[in-house]
Amino acid sequence: MRELSLNVLDIAQNSIAANATCITLWVTESVSQNRLILGIEDNGRGMTEEQLQRVRDPFFTTRTTRRVGMGIPLFRMAAEMAGGSLTIDSTLGKGTVVTAAFLLDHIDRPPLGDMVGTVSALIRLNPQLDFVYRHQTDSGSFEADTRSFREILGEVPLNEPDIVQWIEGYLTENVQALNSQA
Amino acid sequence: MKSIAELQALREKARANMQVREGSHDGTRVVVGMATCGIAAGARPVLNAFADEVAKRQLKQVAVVQTGCIGMCQFEPIVEVLVPGKEKVTYGKVTPEKVARIVADHLVNGNPVVEYTVANLMK
Repeated sequence: MRELSLNVLDIAQNSIAANATCITLWVTESVSQNRLILGIEDNGRGMTEEQLQRVRDPFFTTRTTRRVGMGIPLFRMAAEMAGGSLTIDSTLGKGTVVTAAFLLDHIDRPPLGDMVGTVSALIRLNPQLDFVYRHQTDSGSFEADTRSFREILGEVPLNEPDIVQWIEGYLTENVQALNSQA
Repeated sequence: MKSIAELQALREKARANMQVREGSHDGTRVVVGMATCGIAAGARPVLNAFADEVAKRQLKQVAVVQTGCIGMCQFEPIVEVLVPGKEKVTYGKVTPEKVARIVADHLVNGNPVVEYTVANLMK
């Protein structure tokens, strides 16, 4: 994966496969603590203790088309290469939280990349689901929730072209504003 | 700075568009592989390019959707184009630059872009 936002998109696909209805993505960038933390939290079906033990194994997967699953192992490798780690908390029937921490200034840390592209791809493909995006830096934080968009939009789906473009612009502007304050 | 209030105006416009589109979807589907292999190879910008191009040309009959890994990871990003009554066309190693031509030639004019197909890549 060339950028971490692609890992986030990949892990979110697991949440969708787990029948989540709401997925929260967050990015915490702290220069003062030299940390980059990425999180994916869902309210999907969660994993059993055994699945949780084996999920780091690339030769473990629940899908039936083939016998490998590279999503979690790749994300974990990216974190560990950059002085960080990956943790997974999961409760059967409640959902799963995947958190990856990186040393912000580590030379092997991949760039964060286009998080707005990840969120808009998810909305385009899954207009029936809700997404929360939270971005935090040393100077402040920004949060967007598709449920508050939906309240205004009524029966108009989130993946209407004009709506997705507006959401992309809204996220881009707010994240840029956050970074320019730093 | 965009404000949430703008969504209200967009809602009215989108509602009008939706009424025009009602019943116009004919089952044409653009299916983008979005498993780990597809994403790593660049499926996200391809997906977003298809959605933008289809919206720009107002191809109201076309739905852009995703699938998992179909087992030809070496040709990702893979995009299948399904037009009702026609044979499925599978494109491989798709880039955002190739998307405009696939939309124009295949979706608008009905001529698959043979040189971008997986069948052609395997030759």
